[in-house]
Amino acid sequence: MHLAYPAVLSALLFCTGLYGVLARRNAILVLMSVELMLNAVNLNLVAFDVWLSRAAQETLHSGQALTLFTIAIAAAEIGIGLAIVLAVHRNRGTADIDRLRDTAEGHESDPADGSDSDAPTTGTAGEKAEATA
Amino acid sequence: MSPAFTPLTSAAAETHGFLSPTGVEIAFLLVGLVTFGAALVTVTTKQLVHAALWLVVALGGLAVEYLLLTAEFIAWVQVLIYVGSVVVLLLFGLMLTRAPIGRSPDADSGNRWAALTVAVAAAAALVWVVVDAFRATWIDLDGAAAGSTEATGASLFQNWVLPFEALSVLLLAALVGAIVLSRKAKAESSSPPVNSRATTQSSPPVTESSLSVLGARENPADQEGAR
Repeated sequence: MHLAYPAVLSALLFCTGLYGVLARRNAILVLMSVELMLNAVNLNLVAFDVWLSRAAQETLHSGQALTLFTIAIAAAEIGIGLAIVLAVHRNRGTADIDRLRDTAEGHESDPADGSDSDAPTTGTAGEKAEATA
Repeated sequence: MSPAFTPLTSAAAETHGFLSPTGVEIAFLLVGLVTFGAALVTVTTKQLVHAALWLVVALGGLAVEYLLLTAEFIAWVQVLIYVGSVVVLLLFGLMLTRAPIGRSPDADSGNRWAALTVAVAAAAALVWVVVDAFRATWIDLDGAAAGSTEATGASLFQNWVLPFEALSVLLLAALVGAIVLSRKAKAESSSPPVNSRATTQSSPPVTESSLSVLGARENPADQEGAR
């Protein structure tokens, strides 16, 4: 098999994930795009491992071992990422990353979000709750 | 892995051509098109649950690509972990954040065209560089599978034992971290109504934080009711 096939597919998948990370607003969709990027890297690792294990007698199988490590780290990352997203959603009532602008500097967003950038998170959420109630 | 493979590889490479793809290459191309299309739908669809389901197609297609590259163990690990658990976790996350069923018009942010420009430019540069670099490189897929369970296990437990053990520590840390992140919120959500009720009735120290946390608890419920 020509090595360009998996390499080109991996590059295209990586750029698809890049577009998703940059263009999506929901935090969970951003996590899905990150998974696509990680999978593109995995495909590259496997393809180059299969090539090098024959062409260069590379007997460590580094590519496949690193692919397994990447898969395990991606599973850990998705668990932690979802826990963080759920905590943010519980505190702020939204998973929209365009509205989490508390640390933005010199940006005037809606007053419930942007007015109290120095207050802790619970205070911000409490003020939002009072404003909505 | 004897030195006899090197002339065999070059002899096999001489028989290959750009315009005469083998069966494995055609299968790889077709599955790759399906995978790439599913990935494109995943990042462009406006229905959030459909994005997760198309992600299943993309990850399953990648598992088939691993099988075509003779990496069997990686393929089944991909099916088990990605298709089996990561997508289920993502679906749970979508449900717990109350993702709307149906089309949500604000799935894409305003900088979509900048993102598209960056992605297309990166894809063009990467594809050009990769095709130019590996123009005359062929993978030899004949003979014993390079990624069978025996080969992968032998290399993993002979040469990669220390990273493997370190990875188990990392998984443990991630497990504890996820439990801590979600348990703190659960303790807040269960205990403050009891505490605040008790404090409003009898005891003087009504703290500001408990009230604000109580208000934060009621906020998503109000939004859900309004929705």
